[in-house]
Amino acid sequence: MNPTNIKDPEYFHKVVDCQYACPAHTPVPEYIRLIAAERYDDAYMINWESNVFPGILGRTCDRPCEPACRRGRVEEEPVAICRLKRVAADNKGDVKSRMPQGPFTPNGKKIALIGGGPASLTVARDLAPLGYEIHLYDEWQKGGGMMRTQIPAFRLPEEVLDEEVNYILDLGIYTHFNHYVESMAEILEQDYDAIFVGTGAPKGRVLKLPGYEEAKANIHIGIEWLAGVAFEHIKSIGKKVIVLGGGNTAMDCCRTSRRIGGEDVKVVVRSPFQDMKASPWEIEDAQHEDIPIMNNLPPKEFVVEDGKLKGIIFEKVKAEYDENGKRRLIPTGESDEFIEADDVVIAIGQDNAFPWIEKDLGIEFGKWDIPVVDKLTYQSTNPKVFFGGDAAFGPENVITAVAHGHGAAVSIDLFCHGKSLTERPDPMTNLMSQKMGIHEWMYDSGVVSDLRYAVPHEEKKLSLSDRKIEVELGFDEILGFKEAQRCLNCDVQTVFNTSRCIECDACMDICPTSCITFTQNGTEDELRDRLLAPALNLEQDLYVSDTLPTSRVMVKDENVCLHCGLCAERCPTAAWDMQQFYYNVTKASSGCLVAAE
Amino acid sequence: MSFFKPTFTHPDLPKNKIGYKKRDYEGVISTLCAGCGHDSISAAIVQACYEINLEPHKLAKMSGIGCSSKTPAYFLSNSHGFNSVHGRMPSVTTGANLANRDLTYLGVSGDGDSASIGMGQFVHVARRNLNMTYILMNNGCYGLTKGQDSATADYGSISKAGSKNPFQGIDMVGLALELGATFVARSFSGDKGQLIPLIKAALAHPGFAFIDVISPCVTFNNNQGSTKSYDYVRQHIEATSEFDFVPVEEEITVDYAEGSEKVVTLFDGSKIVLDKLANDWDPTDRYSAMSRIQEGKKNGQIITGLIHINPESQELHELMGTTDTPLNQLTEEDLYPGDEVLDSINNKYR
Ligand SMILES: Cc1cc2nc3c(=O)[nH]c(=O)nc-3n(C[C@H](O)[C@H](O)[C@H](O)COP(=O)(O)OP(=O)(O)OC[C@H]3O[C@@H](n4cnc5c(N)ncnc54)[C@H](O)[C@@H]3O)c2cc1C
Ligand SMILES: Cc1ncc(C[n+]2csc(CCOP(=O)(O)OP(=O)(O)O)c2C)c(N)n1
Ligand code: SF4
Ligand code: SF4
Ligand code: SF4
Ligand SMILES: [Mg+2]
Repeated sequence: MNPTNIKDPEYFHKVVDCQYACPAHTPVPEYIRLIAAERYDDAYMINWESNVFPGILGRTCDRPCEPACRRGRVEEEPVAICRLKRVAADNKGDVKSRMPQGPFTPNGKKIALIGGGPASLTVARDLAPLGYEIHLYDEWQKGGGMMRTQIPAFRLPEEVLDEEVNYILDLGIYTHFNHYVESMAEILEQDYDAIFVGTGAPKGRVLKLPGYEEAKANIHIGIEWLAGVAFEHIKSIGKKVIVLGGGNTAMDCCRTSRRIGGEDVKVVVRSPFQDMKASPWEIEDAQHEDIPIMNNLPPKEFVVEDGKLKGIIFEKVKAEYDENGKRRLIPTGESDEFIEADDVVIAIGQDNAFPWIEKDLGIEFGKWDIPVVDKLTYQSTNPKVFFGGDAAFGPENVITAVAHGHGAAVSIDLFCHGKSLTERPDPMTNLMSQKMGIHEWMYDSGVVSDLRYAVPHEEKKLSLSDRKIEVELGFDEILGFKEAQRCLNCDVQTVFNTSRCIECDACMDICPTSCITFTQNGTEDELRDRLLAPALNLEQDLYVSDTLPTSRVMVKDENVCLHCGLCAERCPTAAWDMQQFYYNVTKASSGCLVAAE
Repeated sequence: MSFFKPTFTHPDLPKNKIGYKKRDYEGVISTLCAGCGHDSISAAIVQACYEINLEPHKLAKMSGIGCSSKTPAYFLSNSHGFNSVHGRMPSVTTGANLANRDLTYLGVSGDGDSASIGMGQFVHVARRNLNMTYILMNNGCYGLTKGQDSATADYGSISKAGSKNPFQGIDMVGLALELGATFVARSFSGDKGQLIPLIKAALAHPGFAFIDVISPCVTFNNNQGSTKSYDYVRQHIEATSEFDFVPVEEEITVDYAEGSEKVVTLFDGSKIVLDKLANDWDPTDRYSAMSRIQEGKKNGQIITGLIHINPESQELHELMGTTDTPLNQLTEEDLYPGDEVLDSINNKYR
């Protein structure tokens, strides 16, 4: 193999598994260390810069970082990255003074953001400090998008949401709330230099089975119903509730039902349990609230008696998978099952809908009414119009919307200055030695064996009594510290200097996870096979040195390196050094934001 | 500075035949200087014991005093151990072995420990053919007491302070051959490919198995002009053969070119394979080994590998005809035949 090019910022970026997996590339280990040091404000600001909604995400993020966390590869469970973010948010002091302070000198450019969800708010936050005049349109009376209308208050208290939405609106955004944009043409006619569409995927799917028309009054569409509850247009539901669907929306619907009158609430899913889309922790929380989840039951018919819904008849199926893993649901032949219900909530998915975008504006749409959008620049086929969040590529989650927002803001800034959108500024990176003395590091290199700590929950009876009582209490400072100590500091890189190595083998011998091998060079496949421990995880790179005096090379499998620094401590010549790698994703606002030290 | 090793290991590391992972053969984190050759030897011991499926509680680690003699703390935490006095490892091992012949004895010593204060002990344990493995971690200096030249420092070797050694160095391999040691080898801490099979073979050898391992002291004797530095050893090393150890239960799987290899079968059926053996010498012939060593010295070579093995080795217990039962298991009943027997013996002399 060729020697690894560690000058390529993507090499070390990839080693920081969590940060790499985070759509917004939040510098996770850095903020975790700051939490352990009780520097909550700093930890918050690092998050705020990257993901804009630390308090919100610390409660609700889909956490793609956690399955990627290295810790999950050396023991049972990853670090509770998401819930640690909340520790920073809960314990911070005044952070507003550290945010960009308006009024900002206008740059003469004016942009419109359609939709007030996380994608648009991120664009607003990134561009406002640069002097843009920003107009934000949303159909509801407050900003936040689905974070407000969909995510129930027992998972995300309104104060937390308001606080973080307001940090942005207070940057001098012109808000046009209670304003549903009926026509894109009208917006284009105004003097906006660019338009960002962050309208989400607002259409819930229906299921028009026999009996639907007659029973309609008691059949609700999940996302509309949740919005109704959030804005208190809906205050109750029947005692017996069936929620149809196996995703996170279904989990929010059933748990909400339990809090506004539902006593016998069931989630019924057409497919097997293991195929459910909902996050495991959301399923667990629902089950904990005495909500049974029934699988392999596709609905056949709404049963109506005297013009009123009585329940649903379900067919019984089993799943079979062909050699490609493709699933087919096959009737078992058993007799159908009838389940009683006073109300039914359908939570089987959402679609994009752009009835308000005229078809003659040069904005092309592809399959399923999804606009044609460039994956790098977020530009649509009308150069002035950008898309992000769920509106761009279909329903995802808050952190993805934020990542799109950052990217779109960079594009809009380039566009408004007549620059090429594809020549984007590089991310900001930095490598800093952690050496403080012989065998002393600036980071806490010891690896603790503690298993993942559980987040304490509110007492069930109390939390079910009021939909606004938050279920999770969050880690307190002590638990937060302990959990933070589980982080392996993957951003502290092992950096190898070939010319210093005297090939004493000390690093290879000490490495607790057998990462390092000195051996003859070879092809990647062959090397992976003959290292001290087989390098079977192909997603993880091999770090290969230049050729050493004995004609061997040093090969390090990054897969399960604990970043414990022992290799560097045992090296007599400091051929290994532990260096902190800082990677800050390109953002339009980077220059203006106070970078937390 | 780290004082403990993380508990995590590589998830894909296999277990050996008796269900242990390599980690089960490790010790606590080393306190030796970073880069010390002794640590590499410890790692080789760990690997060898793992590979031969040794049950850790069936081994006793014996040592004297010195950085080298501290290493038993850094391997085989689950084995027995005795850290004795300076130079006295051989006699303590002799005692232990006589008391319990069922254990495997692994002695670790330094060049100061063996070639100066413990020289008398070394000489006798070798000629008695005590059943043990004796690893000499040879760095040419007294590491623990800050690097004074030891008795194995070569004539003319330059110390860290810049002085030239005016004395003749003792070649412990030559001495062991002279004393009739039945397994004599030399290796280098930086050549695990050779060292690990040597340790495996030594542990299997019935009798005194001596391995002189050149093990650079990075702190006091790794300077230019030292003949025990990493660089010097790498430049002058000359392996006598490629070496492999094949335990009883395994078959020789490697295809060696015809005529190039020599196989020595040990008493328990395990085999030593010497491939690409240097011409006209025979490691089973002590005198041929002695002359090869002398010749190497003359040419400035450091000869490594298995230098001599006596396949007919008879260890101390056999030589003395002691009972098969370890002495420490003999009960009063076994040892004291009773008044009647005593009387009958006494009566013979009346
Ligand atoms: C029930 C449910 C629970 C969820 N839970 C989570 C969770 O726990 N964690 C997570 O990360 N994600 C969750 N999501 C997904 C997440 O809410 C979305 O992916 C995210 O909010 C998308 O952000 P966005 O900025 O693209 O748009 P949205 O948040 O959808 O915001 C778009 C806004 O635009 C408004 N709008 C639409 N059209 C117009 C128009 N023409 N004029 C004016 N305004 C308009 C909408 O009303 C809305 O307010 C959940 C989704 C649902 C349905
Ligand atoms: C009876 C006695 N005399 C002297 C000493 C001092 N002493 C400690 S270690 C040592 C020499 C160790 O040299 P070596 O055996 O080569 O071990 P190394 O540290 O080089 O591995 C000496 C002389 C002692 N501990 N005990
Ligand atoms: S930091 Fe060094 S010693 Fe520690 S696990 Fe990584 S490679 Fe091994
Ligand atoms: S410990 Fe240092 S000098 Fe020794 S082999 Fe490793 S990198 Fe090279
Ligand atoms: S002083 Fe020399 S022998 Fe002792 S630990 Fe340090 S390097 Fe090893
Ligand atoms: Mg010594």
